Amino acid sequence: MAACSMSRPLEALLAVGALLALAGPALAGDKPLYGYGTRPTQAQIDAWNIDVRGQDGLGLPAGKGSVDQGSEVFAEKCAACHGTFGEGVDRWPKLAGGEGTLKADRPEPTVGSYWPFAATLYDYIGRAMPFPNPRSLAPDEVYALTAYILNLNNLVPGDFVADKDSLPKVGMPNHDNFTWEDPRPDTRAEPCMSNCRDPKAVTITSTAEGKTLTPRTTGPLDDMQPK
Amino acid sequence: MTNRADGRTPRGGASTRSLAHSPGRRSFLRLAAVGAGGAALPTLAGAGEAGPPAEYPWSQSLGAGVVDKPYGQPAAQEAGVIRRNVPWLTAGTESSISFSPIQDLKGILTPNGLFFERYHAGRADVDAEQHRLMVHGLVERPLLLSMSDIVRYPSVSRIHFIECPANGGMEWRAAQLNSLQFTHGMISCAEWTGVPLATLLAEVGVKPEGKWVMFEGADGAHMNRSLPLSKCLDDCLIAYGQNGEALRPEQGYPLRLVVPGWEGNVSVKWLRRIKIGDQPWYTREETSKYTDLMPDGKSRGFTWSIDAKSVITFPCPEKPLGKPGLYEVRGLAWTGNGKVKRVDVSFDGGVNWQAATLHEPVLSKALTRFSLPWQWDGKPALLESRVIDETGYVQPTIADLRKIRGVNSVYHNNSIQTWQVKPDGSVFDVQTA
Repeated sequence: MAACSMSRPLEALLAVGALLALAGPALAGDKPLYGYGTRPTQAQIDAWNIDVRGQDGLGLPAGKGSVDQGSEVFAEKCAACHGTFGEGVDRWPKLAGGEGTLKADRPEPTVGSYWPFAATLYDYIGRAMPFPNPRSLAPDEVYALTAYILNLNNLVPGDFVADKDSLPKVGMPNHDNFTWEDPRPDTRAEPCMSNCRDPKAVTITSTAEGKTLTPRTTGPLDDMQPK
Repeated sequence: MTNRADGRTPRGGASTRSLAHSPGRRSFLRLAAVGAGGAALPTLAGAGEAGPPAEYPWSQSLGAGVVDKPYGQPAAQEAGVIRRNVPWLTAGTESSISFSPIQDLKGILTPNGLFFERYHAGRADVDAEQHRLMVHGLVERPLLLSMSDIVRYPSVSRIHFIECPANGGMEWRAAQLNSLQFTHGMISCAEWTGVPLATLLAEVGVKPEGKWVMFEGADGAHMNRSLPLSKCLDDCLIAYGQNGEALRPEQGYPLRLVVPGWEGNVSVKWLRRIKIGDQPWYTREETSKYTDLMPDGKSRGFTWSIDAKSVITFPCPEKPLGKPGLYEVRGLAWTGNGKVKRVDVSFDGGVNWQAATLHEPVLSKALTRFSLPWQWDGKPALLESRVIDETGYVQPTIADLRKIRGVNSVYHNNSIQTWQVKPDGSVFDVQTA
């Protein structure tokens, strides 16, 4: 990483000193206090350093993959759960579609309709998929699957080839609809103690009584299959 | 004398004879043969209620010796007090959640075998000998630590809850699940022992441009989240102990992050890597998931904190009332903002409220018990609890939350729970207007 080898100007050193004065032992000192453990080798760091940053693709490896290649890998390793076109099988995640549904009564958040960053797709496939065999895909396969899923969502053309330069440039339609500052507390109530509501206005609007959604809470585990 | 359930010779056997020949004795033997599934105490047939003058086999025999069960287990009658799941909620059990049986729990600490589970790729059964924690990125001194390295650092023990932000997520539209375990059981509380994260960050030396920290698990999901450095330096722990013993595999053995007061998924389990960066990572678990969709189509990300919440744990659907009379209404309250300051209880659906008694200890970012005596007259009632935390924040109604957030935000439903009590003492999950 470039940032790791960056030489620090004197100003930055002074800033660390100022921070240390405020934060006590929490930040950098010149030497470790305890010295336990070892310094990982570069090879050890590289082997586990799998993260790819969503907003700019920092960490994307060498390699590339096309939509067509992705379609083959997807059919073999992904379609059993996600469906051939990312429509989702049973309750497994739907990967495509759902455009324009986020304000609907039943939204369909997918890669295309919801995800804010394209590079996150590479990161997630690379770290967690296929579900039963994570970390089994080569970078070219991950790039190809990323290209295929983006194409299923009409976000890239059929001749798109994903690599570390092209992927971060893919625009995601829902990107601007995220806020990253927590607006809570977003409710405000006074802790009134008496006559807080009109007793006649207290009506039951819904009840779980009689619904068949609740597993039993005694005896053995309930698989909720018809007995 | 060889007809005892355990085959052992009784001490002073004369008085056991009549019991051994009573129908009740035989039913006990049958129960014993059934084993852990037996839920009822043995009673003497025809003797009416339990208690004197009956004598019982466990009072007239030699019990099992020490190390009969080298790792102790709950009594056989408690066999139904277990984590449970809602099969229709998820596609499979590996990326899923189970619920703590909080209707049966007695205090603020969750027994380790009953702590709720949340996996993103199943439970990782990690070999602690081979486990390593790597700390790197924008640091002066990258570090690779074994578990024997980690336990050498100065350690602390702190009691904190962990709650999944989806707790109550099935109740946004309407009352759906008639069960305290399923409406509120995605929360547990434990004493965590480990190393302050600040100690480790000082050890590696965070560079001035380091502002965010990514935590990653050794599970198949390599579950990862970004947290601001300020929270990491504040009160986070790298924990290896849970209620006095090693972490359970379900809670991240041998090592997990504990982020007090924040949504449970950021407390990454099976922790194997910490990386310091200058920006957040916007991982799948902080963009596609664990973001809150609002009615206008906008989504809130990085909504980490758990707002104040409370619930009455007795009575509840699983623990109904009996005859009219004096009861102790009991419950749990918690807040990610610090300490619980007050809990009020209403018996009329929020028209009138009374302050409940808070039970010591009242700890920051921990479950807190409350109770209030209630003379139930046998009439219908609507029971609610409402917590106020030390910041003055007041737990909202579901109606107030819906006005702001609609019904599709999944996470962070911390609304007031209403339990409907019917004249027969039965209790139902309801919502009111």
